Amino acid sequence: MKILVCISHVPDTTSKINFVENDTQFDTQGVQYIINPNDEFGLTRAMWFKEKSGASVDVISVGTAETEATLRKALAIGADNAIRVNATARDAQQVAKEIVAVMQENSYDLVIAGRESIDYNGGMVPGMIAALTGMNYLNNCIGLEIEGNQATAIREMDGGKETITSPLPLVIGAQKGLVEESDLRIPNMRGIMMARKKPLTVVEPTQEGQQVQTVSFEKPAPKGAVKLVDPENIDELISLLHNEAKVI
Amino acid sequence: MDFKLSEEHKAVQQAAREFAKTRLLEGVIERDSKMIHPSEQVAEMGALGFMGIMTSEKYGGSGMDALSYVLALEEISKIDASAAVIMSAHNSLALWAIETYGSDTQKETYLTPLAQGKNIGCFCLSEPEAGSDASMQRTTAEDKGDFYLLNGVKNWITNGGKADYQLVIAQTDPDKKHRGINAFIVEKNWEGVTVGPKEDKLGIRSSDTHSINYTDVKVPKQNRIGADGFGFKLAMQILEGGRIGIAAQALGIAAGAYELAANYSTIRSSFGKPIADHQAIAFKLAEMAMDIEAARMLVYRAAYLKDSGEPYGYASAMAKLKASEVAMKHTVEAVQIHGGNGYVKEYHVERLMRDAKITQIYEGTSEIHKIIIARNIRKGELALPI
Amino acid sequence: MSVLVYAESENGQLKKIALELASFGKAIADQLNTNLVAVTINCDNNDLLGTYGVNEVLATSHQGDFNAQQYAAILSEAAKSKEAQTIAVSSSADSRFLAPLVAVALDAGYVTNVVGAPISSNPFQVKRSVFTNKAFSVSEITTQVKMVGLSKNAFGVHENPTTATITNFSPAGVTSDMKVTALDKATDTVTIADAEIVVSGGRGLKGPENWHLIEDLANTLGAATACSKPVSDMGWRPHSEHVGQTGKPVASNLYIAIGVSGAIQHLAGINSSKVKVVINNDPEAPFFKAADYGVVGDAFEVVPKMIEKLKSFQAENA
Repeated sequence: MKILVCISHVPDTTSKINFVENDTQFDTQGVQYIINPNDEFGLTRAMWFKEKSGASVDVISVGTAETEATLRKALAIGADNAIRVNATARDAQQVAKEIVAVMQENSYDLVIAGRESIDYNGGMVPGMIAALTGMNYLNNCIGLEIEGNQATAIREMDGGKETITSPLPLVIGAQKGLVEESDLRIPNMRGIMMARKKPLTVVEPTQEGQQVQTVSFEKPAPKGAVKLVDPENIDELISLLHNEAKVI
Repeated sequence: MDFKLSEEHKAVQQAAREFAKTRLLEGVIERDSKMIHPSEQVAEMGALGFMGIMTSEKYGGSGMDALSYVLALEEISKIDASAAVIMSAHNSLALWAIETYGSDTQKETYLTPLAQGKNIGCFCLSEPEAGSDASMQRTTAEDKGDFYLLNGVKNWITNGGKADYQLVIAQTDPDKKHRGINAFIVEKNWEGVTVGPKEDKLGIRSSDTHSINYTDVKVPKQNRIGADGFGFKLAMQILEGGRIGIAAQALGIAAGAYELAANYSTIRSSFGKPIADHQAIAFKLAEMAMDIEAARMLVYRAAYLKDSGEPYGYASAMAKLKASEVAMKHTVEAVQIHGGNGYVKEYHVERLMRDAKITQIYEGTSEIHKIIIARNIRKGELALPI
Repeated sequence: MSVLVYAESENGQLKKIALELASFGKAIADQLNTNLVAVTINCDNNDLLGTYGVNEVLATSHQGDFNAQQYAAILSEAAKSKEAQTIAVSSSADSRFLAPLVAVALDAGYVTNVVGAPISSNPFQVKRSVFTNKAFSVSEITTQVKMVGLSKNAFGVHENPTTATITNFSPAGVTSDMKVTALDKATDTVTIADAEIVVSGGRGLKGPENWHLIEDLANTLGAATACSKPVSDMGWRPHSEHVGQTGKPVASNLYIAIGVSGAIQHLAGINSSKVKVVINNDPEAPFFKAADYGVVGDAFEVVPKMIEKLKSFQAENA
């Protein structure tokens, strides 16, 4: 089975968010970059398939040279090949199309992308890859088993979950629950050494144009101070919630 | 001169940091309090390749350099100095000697399982009457023809209880003084080997420290490392490398305390502002940061010299001395910055303060290191720092 | 030309998010001076949409369980037939699932987590939340057809009564070889995603045996229950209750956190809640900085008082 895992290079979850260039660019100064957490759940599941049934695992990312450290981490975790499309990610459809262009060169049975990335929270790339290639697609994937050419997956819905079967090839949107957090892989030393020798191919982009542009960024208005209520005076809290906040 | 870490070194540092945060942090306070050995985590360290990090790949190790070792130890020490000393004693004190001077049989039998983390190693040099003065070995290893007869007591042995294989230093020929000392690989389960009770220590409490008794233990000739009489020289070389590990441990302890104090001071307020904005605290943090950076440069340089194949004895002595002093001084400050909270286990810094003290004592006391550095100066070996 | 919204229903009844989406769609339709069309699937109370400004409802039916490909195909056909220049969907799991498929079919630029009506219609610019609720960005969509996903509770429900024409719509549709083989819905309890009010508990509650405090307060308010990451990690509460950056996002009107300290990752996940109330006996708990209202006190005393006072309040205002 050939698996492709799509990786995003994103700022760490605890990063301070600031903007520069007149609030048009994200301030990368001092920011630690990581594999998007949802992608990592997907990559870990891919590794499970590799270990259990000898699947091959390629990882792909759309980004400029500094994103290679993140791809190498995926290689250190155990992926076989890495591909970097040498372009800045501009919007979801551009990223999806670049990935689809690479997919045409190899036929993948399973494409895994994180359900959504923690920086722009678009949540569209896996769905777009599916729509562009005509592959089946399952979002919010919290369980995946593959037997021969058939996948059985669990999708998390608002208020419950459903089990879905689908023939391969399939695209899934991975998230927490697909594997447990305690199963996420820390690259071992052997892996880090081997990652050096594994192929990291850089391909030139094929897409031009942009559908969505960021005009500016804005930090949320500084919050007013909290209104503290005396624990002996809960009546006041109820009153504030009803009359002032209007939430009860 | 490039002060940047290579991508690969950063990857090692990141992996160790992630491991420490996700696998060591939880339960570290309880393990320290109750002296619980982190056996599960040590097994994971083995799986991650930390337990044979510098050993050649052909013996199942990770084949990495001393700088990688230092980076990994530093990250682990920030959170769990006990796990760090378990790793350091295993790598620097047990593994290195077997890989460098061991016979093929010794490497096959012992090096590979140790490098893979399947077995733990320890180094037995110190005795009740011989600490700083290691030439006064009272443990004897009489040459009996086809075996050595080992008798004596070793103490303060890190990993003493958990180690399957011990690297034991003992006197074979007292007339030859330190030239009559040998090094042996001894197995814990051999007849006559008795591990004493676990020491109840001030710090690094979840690493197990024991005395070990040897009563007429028969050590096969082939378990002697190197030529007859090589033991003392070997022990000194082992300690030279071991210093780098402990220097990294002390550095990590200091850095961990600093991170906690710096973070705490931005959250804790007094007199209307975060305490980080009061000059008294700001100055403490400034000194901490500077001293840790200085120690870090010494530690990384000692590793760099070792990796370059250059003499590194005085560099590792300076690194260990400086890092341990910085660790002791600044863990105390970190507790101070935390105020009352620093005095309780929940905030971690009191543990780091207790952990720091041993770094000034073991692997050569601070006093011994000053002697080493002074000797180097006397011999004119400190002429060119770079 | 039109603005088209996908108004979701459940068991034949329009969901509240559909009414909010219709209100939002109406605002856009007014900006563009055009009609508002709603697409419904298996809905029985389509005329309710007229109250919120919908001019026409394309009522469709679909056999079987939700299928993103098939639902997306219905929406794409509807959008094409009505020459929709702007399409809006909600942020429900189902809508987020099908929306990218529609975006590709219509070659529409698509922006999610939009927090209000477009700032400008030409160029088409919307404000959306980014970095998991830590910031906003103004995004411009440059394609001919535009698609937006509205954040829950970001626009509110606004009446704009008109009479909606209800048209039966039967697009060709597509087949799908994906099959639902099992469905596991928690039908009784309010889910975190749908709840107006969420009551959340943290480590300060000391143990799972004390969770009756959370449950009783939630029952009194008709709220969903949630918990912080350490609580779910320790197994005191199921994983499905974990809210925060790597757990479920919360965008309710009211979020009450009891015994939760407020770590950055937790705050990021619940930041979309309108009003945050924090109850914690540690005055230094970081959550107080992010809260709108707070009580520094012992949860074991404060929460029972809250339940008591809420019950009398509800009785008075019945």
